Amino acid sequence: MELSRRDAVAALGALGAGTATAGCLQGSPDGDGDDGGEEAAVRETLVAAAEVLYPSAVDGIDEFVGTFLAGRLDDGPHAAGVRDAVDALETRAEAWYDGNVAALSAEDRDSLLRETGAGAADPDPDGTPAERIRYYIVNELLLALYSSPTGGELVGIENPQGHAGGLDSYQRGPTA
Amino acid sequence: MSPAENVGSEASTDRTPVTDCDVCVIGAGPAGALVASRLAEAGHEVVVLDAGPRFDPSDRLARQERAIRPFYDRPAVWDGDPERDAHSNDGERFYPLNHARVKGIGGSTLHWQGMVMRLHEADFNSQSERGIGVDWPINYEDLRPYYAAAERELGVAGGDNPFAPPRETPRPMPEFQPSYSDSLFAEACDELGIAMHSVPNARNSESYDGRSGCVGYGTCQPVCPSGAKYDATVHIERAEEAGATVIDRAVVGRLAHDAESITAAEYATPDGEYRQEAEGFVIAAGGVETPRLLLLSESEQYPDGLANSSGTVGKFFMDHLFAGTGGLLDEPTRQGHIGFLTSESHQFYDEADAEVGPFKLEFFNYAGPSPVESALTGDDWGDDLLERLRGEYGTHIGMGALVESIPGEDSSIGLDRDETDAHGNPVPEVHWTVDDRALRTIERANEIQERILNELGAEITWQVGPEDTGPAYHHMGTTRMGEDPTESVVDADCRTHDLDNCWIASSSVFPTGGAMNPTLTIAALALRCAESVDAALRGE
Repeated sequence: MELSRRDAVAALGALGAGTATAGCLQGSPDGDGDDGGEEAAVRETLVAAAEVLYPSAVDGIDEFVGTFLAGRLDDGPHAAGVRDAVDALETRAEAWYDGNVAALSAEDRDSLLRETGAGAADPDPDGTPAERIRYYIVNELLLALYSSPTGGELVGIENPQGHAGGLDSYQRGPTA
Repeated sequence: MSPAENVGSEASTDRTPVTDCDVCVIGAGPAGALVASRLAEAGHEVVVLDAGPRFDPSDRLARQERAIRPFYDRPAVWDGDPERDAHSNDGERFYPLNHARVKGIGGSTLHWQGMVMRLHEADFNSQSERGIGVDWPINYEDLRPYYAAAERELGVAGGDNPFAPPRETPRPMPEFQPSYSDSLFAEACDELGIAMHSVPNARNSESYDGRSGCVGYGTCQPVCPSGAKYDATVHIERAEEAGATVIDRAVVGRLAHDAESITAAEYATPDGEYRQEAEGFVIAAGGVETPRLLLLSESEQYPDGLANSSGTVGKFFMDHLFAGTGGLLDEPTRQGHIGFLTSESHQFYDEADAEVGPFKLEFFNYAGPSPVESALTGDDWGDDLLERLRGEYGTHIGMGALVESIPGEDSSIGLDRDETDAHGNPVPEVHWTVDDRALRTIERANEIQERILNELGAEITWQVGPEDTGPAYHHMGTTRMGEDPTESVVDADCRTHDLDNCWIASSSVFPTGGAMNPTLTIAALALRCAESVDAALRGE
C-alpha cells in the first residue's frame, strides 16, 4: 500500500506541526547549508528506522517521512528531542555495528533498535536514552503512520483517531 | 500548531483587580461563562476569576497528540497541576478527581463528551414521584424555557426521542446520523422491543455560531481540535466582547465577608495576591471547589464556613455511575471512526422507583482499542505490530449506561486540614459513597445490556457492574437547592439563603441528579441564575 504525501499532510493535521512550513525535506545534504545537512541526516536516520518499524506492505516511506518531518522539525523542544534521540541512536549504531543506521541491513537496524531497549521501554521525552528513542523515534514514526488514512486502512479503519476524515465513514458498512 | 511538548507558554497578563466591579464570577467553566456573558451583555461590569490558565487555541492539535500518546495521562492533556489540584480521598470508593475535571478558561467542557439531555420531569420530584431523595424547589416547567435557551447557546444537534420530556421546538441542529454499529444494535433491539433514538450532542452537525461542523477527529474526549464540540471558551469570548474582564491563574482562596454579604474575593496569582471587590458574587467552581471555597471562608461569624447555616455545604456529594457490557461479534463493527455517541435509549428511564433508579442506555461507537493508541504501547513493530493491530481491531461491540445515585450526607467534600495546596489552603477531601439503589440499578442495566448483546450473537468479554463501577465525572449535590434554609444552601434562584449577594451556578446545587449528563441543566440554571443576579443588581 502506497503512502502518499497526502498521508503525511494528514498525519501533520492529526498532530501538532512545528512552525516550519510543511514541505519536503531534501534528501541530499547540499540543499540548505549546514542546517540542511543536519536535517537531511535526521531524515535519513528516521527513514531507515521507519523501513523497519513500518509493515512491509507499505511503500513510499521516504517521501512520507520527509514530508512529515518537514512539518515537525523546527526550533522547538520537540524537534530538539527528535535530534537528540537520533544522535543517541546513531552513536549506538557506530559503537555496536560500525556504521550509521542507514547503512545497516534491515535486520541489523531491527536488532539495533531492540538492543537500545526502545522496544520494551515506556516512552518518555525526558527519560533514559531508551525511553527517548521510544518516544521520539519509534512512537513518532508509528504515530505518523497509524494516524494517517493509509495507515488506518492497513488495520481496517479509514478514519483513524486523530485524522479529520469527516462524517461519512462511521456510517458505512464493511462492504460499502 | 505545535507538537505535544511545546505547549504551555505563559503570556504576561494584568491580573490586578478591576475597580467598580458589579459582579465577580468565580470559575470560567460553562456556568460561569454563561452567567458572565449574560450579565456583561446586560451592561454590568463583570470580572471572571479562574484558578487555571487560559489555553492557546492553536495548541489544540498538540493536546490531541497528548491524548493519543501513552506518555501523557488524562490530566496532562490540559496541563493538570498535581500541586495546584491536590486533594485527598477517604471514602469507601476512590474518586479520581483530577481525571474528572479541567481547571482553566473553559473548565471541564474542554475535555467533556458533550452529551446534553434535559432531565425528565420526574427527576425534579424524586421524593413525590419515586419515593426517594428530595424534590427540587423548581419543576421541569420552570426550567423548560431555560433549557431551550441553553440549547441555542451551546448549539445542540439532536432528533426525536419518544421518552424525553415535552419541548417546544426542534433542537437548533439536525441530529448526527446513526452509525453502522447502531444499525447492528437496531436489529437486536427491534427483536427485543427496545426503542433506540438519537443522542443530543453539543457538537455541530453543521456550521453553527461561527464554529465548523464536526470533521471526525475522533478524540472528542478529551479534546476537540476543530471546535465543533462546544466548550465554554465560546461564552468567555462573548463575555469579553461585551466588556467583561477574565483573569486566569487566579486562585480564589477566601471570600471576605460581613454578616450578610460577601465583600471581596481574595485571590493569588503568579504575580501576587489581590482582592476583587464587587456588588455581587457568583460561585461557579463546580461541585468540589465550590463547597471547598465556602468552607475555606470560615470566620468568627461563620465558624462552619460561609453560607453553611444549614450544615449541608459539602454534603450529599454525588455522581452518576457507569454500567457497561461489551464483547465481540463475528463480523466487522466499524468502531472508532468518531469519538461520540449517535444512539441511546431512555426507554427504561421512567420506570424508576425507590428500589431501582433511572438509567439510560448508550450504544458505543468506539468499543475496543484505538489502533493508533495501541500501536504506541507494544514491544512489537513492523509486520508483527500490524498483525496484532488487525487482530485487536474490527469486531468489538459495547454498551454503556448512566445510572442515578442518591447517596446520603456522608458522601461529601470537606477540607483535609493535614494537607495544603500550593497556596497553603487545606485541600479538598473527597468522601464518596454509593447507595444500594444505585448498585441495584447497575445490575438492572447490565441485565438489559446482556439481553441485547446476546440477541446480537455477541461473545460477552467484559462487564462493568456493581463491584467495579466508577463515576461519570459529574460532580453534583454539594450546595443543594431547596426551600428550607435549614436543609439547603441556595434557594430556587441559586441565591444562598445566608448571604444576600452570593449565588451559586453549578451542578453543586442539584438536589438529585437523575441519570442524564448534567451540563445542559447546569447551563439552564446558569441562565436562570443570571436573571436573578441582574434583577438584584438593578434593585428589582
